[in-house]
Amino acid sequence: MRSNLARRALAALCGVALIAVAAACGDNTDPSDRPVSNASSISGGFAGAGASSQQTAVEAWIAGYQKTNPKAKISYNPSGSGAGVVTFLTGATVWAGSDKPLDAKQVEESKQVCAGSTAFDVPVYISPIAIVFNLRGISDEDHHINMDATTIAKVFNGKITRWNDAALAKQNPDLDLPDLPITVVHRSDKSGTTLNLLEYLKATAGKDWPYALSENWPNDVGQGAKGTSGVISTIDQADGTIGYADLSQAGGMGTVAVKVGDSYTEISADAASKAVADSTLDETVPGANRVVLDINHKTTVEGAYPIVLVSYDIACPVYKDADTARFAQSWLGYITGKSGQDQAEHATGSAPLPDNIAQYVRASVDAIEVK
Amino acid sequence: MDETTPKHTPATADTAPVIDFDKFKPTRSYTAARKRKDIAMRALIILAFVIALIPLVSVLWTTLARGIRRLNWDFLSHNMTNVIGGNPTPSGGYGGILHAVIGTLEITLGAMLISIPIGVMCAVYLIEYAGASKLAHTIHLLVDVMSGIPSIVAGLFAYSMFAILVGPGTLNGFEGSVALSLLMIPTVVKTTEEMLKIVPNDLREASLALGVTKQRTITKVVLRTALSGIVSGSILAIARVIGETAPLLITAGYIVSTNANLFSGEMTTLPVYVYQEYSKYRANCPADASSGCVTTIPMERAWSAALVLIVIVLILNLIGRIVAKVFAPKKK
Amino acid sequence: MSTASKPSAPTRASSLTQPVNGQKADRVFRGIATACGILILVALAAVALFLLFRAWPLIGGDQQANSAVIENFTGGKAKNFWGYVGPLLFGTVLVAAIALVLAFFVSIGIALFISHYAPKRLAAVLSYIVDILAAIPSVIYGLWGGLVLVPAIYPFWNWVAEYLGWIPLFAGPAANPPRTVATVALVLAIMILPIITSIARDIFLQTPKLLEEAALGLGATKWEMIRLSVLPFGKSGVISASMLGLGRALGETMAVLMILSPGLTYSFRLLQASQDQTIAANIAAQYPEADSIGVSVLIGTGLVLFVITFLVNLLARRITEKAGK
Repeated sequence: MRSNLARRALAALCGVALIAVAAACGDNTDPSDRPVSNASSISGGFAGAGASSQQTAVEAWIAGYQKTNPKAKISYNPSGSGAGVVTFLTGATVWAGSDKPLDAKQVEESKQVCAGSTAFDVPVYISPIAIVFNLRGISDEDHHINMDATTIAKVFNGKITRWNDAALAKQNPDLDLPDLPITVVHRSDKSGTTLNLLEYLKATAGKDWPYALSENWPNDVGQGAKGTSGVISTIDQADGTIGYADLSQAGGMGTVAVKVGDSYTEISADAASKAVADSTLDETVPGANRVVLDINHKTTVEGAYPIVLVSYDIACPVYKDADTARFAQSWLGYITGKSGQDQAEHATGSAPLPDNIAQYVRASVDAIEVK
Repeated sequence: MDETTPKHTPATADTAPVIDFDKFKPTRSYTAARKRKDIAMRALIILAFVIALIPLVSVLWTTLARGIRRLNWDFLSHNMTNVIGGNPTPSGGYGGILHAVIGTLEITLGAMLISIPIGVMCAVYLIEYAGASKLAHTIHLLVDVMSGIPSIVAGLFAYSMFAILVGPGTLNGFEGSVALSLLMIPTVVKTTEEMLKIVPNDLREASLALGVTKQRTITKVVLRTALSGIVSGSILAIARVIGETAPLLITAGYIVSTNANLFSGEMTTLPVYVYQEYSKYRANCPADASSGCVTTIPMERAWSAALVLIVIVLILNLIGRIVAKVFAPKKK
Repeated sequence: MSTASKPSAPTRASSLTQPVNGQKADRVFRGIATACGILILVALAAVALFLLFRAWPLIGGDQQANSAVIENFTGGKAKNFWGYVGPLLFGTVLVAAIALVLAFFVSIGIALFISHYAPKRLAAVLSYIVDILAAIPSVIYGLWGGLVLVPAIYPFWNWVAEYLGWIPLFAGPAANPPRTVATVALVLAIMILPIITSIARDIFLQTPKLLEEAALGLGATKWEMIRLSVLPFGKSGVISASMLGLGRALGETMAVLMILSPGLTYSFRLLQASQDQTIAANIAAQYPEADSIGVSVLIGTGLVLFVITFLVNLLARRITEKAGK
């Protein structure tokens, strides 16, 4: 009996060992991907955490960055903006991704992890926010619906409840809008996307949008859905729905063309870039080196699309560890540079940083102290 | 008594009043109504059955029909590293579930190693030692109550325990095992108890009379006899917890690469994988992507993983039942 | 018998050679068994204690920080813990209760079909199917509910809202897509169906044959026989089975998380979206974005859920126990 038991235990151990051996395989690596010979000296494991909106872009960036820095092992935990900043402030991560810039208290707290200096944020990922809808005969025919800011606010506010409302019909004379109730679909979780859309509505719709800014959806209109994907899948499932999502997730759905100046702009990465280029830096934020955008939602530049999600990366100008500092500079330099932004645009349809903003970003990144 | 009763019977029969049975005869319409009611209830009961079958067949059929599309060797032998958007990977697949299968097996194995010894020993205590003591009664009751613990509460418990004992924010596979074992122990205790009850007392007494110690009687006679039942019960318990999602979402985390170390680092399991793919809903395909780029791939992966999960659960069930049937102690 | 007699032979030999050892092993074994029994008590106590410990910042900590977190979670709809957990508890009980009502009669029907109507061979197959269905993971029900049922069931709910809309429960207009309490309750009903059915079936099968035959012999129709003998006999079993089903529905996470469009109100409008949310699904939904106080708040809600399910299960056991005496 005893030897029997021992044998069984041995067999179980072997099974576990076999599993352990199998662990290494399964990775989807390209066999032709040999490390380049002129590899940089940056090596080691570096972790970031934060906004889930950046996840796809970061995945693409990691893949691109590792082509030239094969010894750097980078991980990104899309735990959410709030959690990402909290983790960063404990010093566990090199950088944090966040859909909103640091507040004054967090800047003060960052002295602990940034060797006495204060953390800074730079925009790295600008994604146009699409107002997506599902309306049989219109969205599946690849048509856009024109809306001005007031109309969008009224729809999301529950004031316009049917698709053939006069306000909609007037702006879309070419479309045959059905007599169908509008179902608004919004995020049920906290989200930077919600915040950015609300900022746009608050800035442009005036008294038609009476709510305070928040990362939570402010009213009880329509349905809530968890995450961007939840919004998209809910909209997909029923006729007459309208909601909002990052452009990268909106492929194949009907999108609203937003009135800018005197014409209606369809959503695109370039159009979003134009709106960002027409924006200014927020100079009121405390701390040095910070590049915080004050998006000009009221822009009248022809062809600009003013509803954008700006996602920042938060890093230290001084790191306690020289290797980490070199990595931070090289990593942020890569993702905010031309090739990094192109990579993200390719992977997610994000808007590249316009040149006038990019120069500030470069200056901040260059200011990271590398001994 | 026995002798007197028959004598009374004829006497009482003689004096009994004559009953007009025709009075009690049901009217024809009453009989018909009863019959109608019987038929109506029969129809309702069969209808209930058919109604219940519709969703159940639908669940199984959709999983099979939608899951089979992406279920191939590539899917089973790769993990989700370097899967970007809807693009195919270098091997021509679209990522897979290897890491999730390994995670599921290891976490469930961990749960098994914790809960089967504890569960069996607890049943041994209840049946062989405790008798009808108050403690046994309480344990008995609490085992039943424990089987009703919501799985997410089990997850929160394991998370809290590791946060306090190991360090805040600890996530690893073993934590998941602990959470699952909490759900598994009651099932193991209950099935083992049932089996131990069946073992005839003669066997115990015979063994004890031969001078065998109680411990040896239990391990070599009682548990041996009940072994098949315990094994099949344990397998059914495993089948139950292998599909748990919520506790693992909290305790084991989610990663795209393979992690074979149960005690360190996050681990993906099949049910969590299904949920994560469901939450992705759609993959991004850039405008200039190759024709192999599939935007709906996350849903297809979710269904395929769901199919694998169902197959595993069904096979475990089947094995459990076969073990129970084939090795069951022959009843006379 | 034969299986047992074989192992006992070597046992005798070894126990004769080492009698002292055996006694010691006896005590150790007894100790281990007792420890395992007590471990059950300890485990349950540990669940409560660890949850309480982690939820402590919520009760004893900085109340201002707590209310800030709760406001943050809810978008300013609730300011304290009870204001937060109240609607969640309401939603949990509402969804589970409707699921139970939907599942109850159907499962009794199926159980009767298997125990008294179906031919023997068919009944065996059906029993097996029911047991298998109980084993299908909840995440698959969630997947099916979210992707298949939700789009398919809208016309039905729309019909209900149109014709039964005068009942406040079914007040229209029905949400489209119907990610509503009604749809979730339906899925939960499907999930707890096998649980109630299998217990009810076992009880019905135990009805003494004498009772049944007595009823039939008196000329009762089959239904009358069931009503007079089977149902009264199985009453307590059926009640406790329903309580178990209720317990399962109360704690179900994935199916709710994957289907429901959540809200935070005390609302009975089953056909409208964003009305209610359950505790379990709320924990899973908020968990990834919660900071440390947020986790404490969620664990606090988990503790409430634990207490509720504990009571429901305890009640179920009490009922069976009383009937058993």
